[in-house]
Amino acid sequence: MPIVAALLSVAGLAGVAVVAPILTARRAAWATPVVYGASLVLAAILLMCALLALLGGSAFQGGVHLPVGLPWIGAYFVLDPLSAAFLIIVDFGAMVASFYAIGYGAHEEEPGRVLPFYPAFLAGMNLVVLSADAFSFLVAWEFMSLSSWALVMAHHHDAENRRAGYVYLLMASFGTLMLLLAFGLLAGPDGGYAFSAIRTAEHVPWLTGLVLVLMLLGAGSKAGLVPLHVWLPLAHPAAPSHVSALMSGVMTKVAIYGFIRVVFDLAGEPAWWWAVLVLILGAGSAVLGVLHAVLQRDLKRLLAYSTVENIGIIFIGLGLGLAFKTNDMVGAAALAVTASIFHAFNHSLFKSLLFFGAGNVLTGSGERDIEKLGGLVHRMPETAYLFLGGCLAISALPPLNGFVSEWLILQAILLSPDLPQWALRFLVPASGAMLALAAALAAACFVRAFGITFLSRPRSPAAETAHEVSRWQVRAMYALLAVCLVAGVFPGPFLDALSPVSQMLVAGAMPKQPILPHLSIIPISESRSSYSGFLVFFFIMMASWAAIRVIHNFASRAVRRAPPWDCGFPDASPVTQYTADSFAQPIRRVFGPIAFRAKVSQTMPAPGDMAPASLTLSLRDLIWEFIYAPIESAVLYAAERLNILQFLTIRSYLSLVFAALVLLLVLVATWA
Amino acid sequence: MGLILAILVQGIQMVLVLALAPGLIGFTRKVKARLLRRQGPSVLQPYRDLLRLVRKEAVLADNASWLFRNAPYLIFATTWVAAALVPTFAAGLHFSWAADLIAITALLGSARFFLALAGMDIGTAFGGIGSSREMLFATLAEPAMIMIVFTVALVAGSTQLSTVAEFMVDHSTLRVSLGLALIGLIIVALTENARVPVDNPATHLELTMVHEAMVLEYSGRHLAVIELAAALKLLLYISLIACIFVPWGMARQNDGVLGMLVGVVTWVGKLSIGGFLMVLFETAIAKMRVFRVPEFVGGALMLGLLGTLLLFVSRSF
Repeated sequence: MPIVAALLSVAGLAGVAVVAPILTARRAAWATPVVYGASLVLAAILLMCALLALLGGSAFQGGVHLPVGLPWIGAYFVLDPLSAAFLIIVDFGAMVASFYAIGYGAHEEEPGRVLPFYPAFLAGMNLVVLSADAFSFLVAWEFMSLSSWALVMAHHHDAENRRAGYVYLLMASFGTLMLLLAFGLLAGPDGGYAFSAIRTAEHVPWLTGLVLVLMLLGAGSKAGLVPLHVWLPLAHPAAPSHVSALMSGVMTKVAIYGFIRVVFDLAGEPAWWWAVLVLILGAGSAVLGVLHAVLQRDLKRLLAYSTVENIGIIFIGLGLGLAFKTNDMVGAAALAVTASIFHAFNHSLFKSLLFFGAGNVLTGSGERDIEKLGGLVHRMPETAYLFLGGCLAISALPPLNGFVSEWLILQAILLSPDLPQWALRFLVPASGAMLALAAALAAACFVRAFGITFLSRPRSPAAETAHEVSRWQVRAMYALLAVCLVAGVFPGPFLDALSPVSQMLVAGAMPKQPILPHLSIIPISESRSSYSGFLVFFFIMMASWAAIRVIHNFASRAVRRAPPWDCGFPDASPVTQYTADSFAQPIRRVFGPIAFRAKVSQTMPAPGDMAPASLTLSLRDLIWEFIYAPIESAVLYAAERLNILQFLTIRSYLSLVFAALVLLLVLVATWA
Repeated sequence: MGLILAILVQGIQMVLVLALAPGLIGFTRKVKARLLRRQGPSVLQPYRDLLRLVRKEAVLADNASWLFRNAPYLIFATTWVAAALVPTFAAGLHFSWAADLIAITALLGSARFFLALAGMDIGTAFGGIGSSREMLFATLAEPAMIMIVFTVALVAGSTQLSTVAEFMVDHSTLRVSLGLALIGLIIVALTENARVPVDNPATHLELTMVHEAMVLEYSGRHLAVIELAAALKLLLYISLIACIFVPWGMARQNDGVLGMLVGVVTWVGKLSIGGFLMVLFETAIAKMRVFRVPEFVGGALMLGLLGTLLLFVSRSF
């Protein structure tokens, strides 16, 4: 059975993690390819198991009960459509990242700090998706968090990375605590923590509502939902690039899996206000994430903020799914849920692609600040081409895959006037507008990211002397871009494959996607809307082929190279070109005053005065100021007050212990 | 046989939009000149310009990359496909089911993406300023467009343009939401086509320019292809407004050759009326400062949202 093979592979990954330190100590040169090669093979086996379980039907699904973990309870593991779908996301990403890392890892200065934790991280993520009881789920979750924390701290000499690790650890423990409480509330009769027991138990509505809030805090903080995203733009760039790709592209999806598992599968019937909460958080994340991204100068941090945006888009889809599910609109709910899982898959592809691209830039030039790059299209042509593909996909442009999933979510929004609740009727189109705004801003963000990094003239010696990277790194990216294109041009089979998942979550599925006519995809029915990625792709290819043929046959083919015209005043100095900051300035000026309370103050000395003029820009992170800063100061205040407890006499300590004991005994006596 | 005929009609549509686009530009220039009491160049001048550009050698900057040379074809191809998917003289063409209005918007987004990148390729300040402003306007114009699509789709029950056009012919009533959508769409069209209150298509060396700044380094055949794409885009938007709001005269799915001919004649009529009204508006208004434009386009976004919300309140608005 696939589940057994999957668990054995996870055990294999854990084994690799154990062997890795010995390997690095003995044969340092061999360690990197061996560890990543083994991870690659094991991830491939896991991917096969997941594909079998999702496509092969119920014969290949099923669970096992192992006598490990808590005494008398043991550990349950299951491979059902939902876990299979997310296992595919995890292990495809893991496979490509391992392949990439065989090349990228050669540049690692301290492989001993990365190699043992990498397979452990993969094992943790796989185990979260496979586990079917609260205890193993939480242990695996914590395992995943801690191993990824170790990877964030891999380059711990940098003070910024240490801070990232600290914030990450704090937020991860907070998230796990929330999940612990959520599962505690969900326990079945006589404390059954297996998912099957939780699913059949009866829950009071206010209690499941509380579970939703706790899940939003717990899984949402891991996924990077605003306002719990603060750790993400710090931690994702700090890790080595293949790990950044996994954290941003894959680990956030594991968090979304946790959310879907509990909210759609375990908690029972949703209430309509759940959708309100999820939609508001999703729409807020989408817009705020991309607004942050468009102002970033650090390429990897920009990508991390863009993950916040895409998580927001996925949550908008899930919120729609909840709204339709409570109102028994099965077809619409299936559409929304399928669209958001498909977007999760797509995001794992293009975000990994882009992080790999950032890794190539980092190895090729040693620079992450896009303000110091430029002109890399000449030095790293293949990376530039592949990164451009990723930018097109993430900006939701046809015929790539990002467009298909966003299109499906927009189609789901168009079904919402049938919702009976007024709050939802107003909120849904508003979140549609936010989604469209986020998509448009994402295009601006990635024009800037690609244009400043790869186009124009080099802005620093690092960019001038950049070089193309190893074949492994480039080939891993080709694989991702190819899947992006296939999922965009032929989305039908992907949507069909997700139908058992939506069947399981909302008891309905999208219509079976037809092959004829023209490989179109149909969200609800043919009369409402259809889109054919294949035809759009085919038409674009035909039209550009025709244009090129006509031009080359009939037009002058003469080409002359000359200095840039630049309105007659060309200046060879690269500082005369547009910079990342100047590109973002108009967007900052339009959206900044609302989102960041942006203020520009300038002092201009009087004519004749020799004092320098100055321009200062202040951007305020309102979320940090209004949520985290008060908590921080409250904790500090309490800590200072409680500090006196450190300097008591032994007598006072003893009386303190005695008082506590008496108090507890009284409490127990009155409770019972 | 049916399929071959369908492909033939679709092919005619593709060729027709391409053939008429420079003529539309020439017509608007002529009308504008006449309104300003100038004689103006011939309506055929854009065709001559294109031919002249095509025959010239292309001058490329020293550091132009492959992207700079390939972008014009991609911009042209995506715009052409988008223009060919808008029903012009006939609704229900065989391939109009390939993409709905959202996909057409996104196709134009692809063209804009490549245009903005091409503007940044050489590394001149002008290219950067054009790209930066183009993307700024797009961040508001694109969501506005999507909200307008929502409004129209909620009225007609579909995002497919052919269905929308047929619905409008059969159930023509005056609706508040459609009025809001029309104003919004006109604002979006003016912004996207770099027309007067937003950008001035007639200027070259002026700091307020957007579209021209991006294509400043292009010459010869590359410039010709980009100019043709810009003309196609104008034609697309006027056809789009005509298709949604005045679809009468368009041939139906099973109308014969005569119906198609009537469709072509009425479409050309609609194009000239649309172009004339646009130029009339342009001559009556001054260009805006760059940072007034987001307010102008933001207005379109609000109108679209308002239209959508009205329909959520009651389907009869």
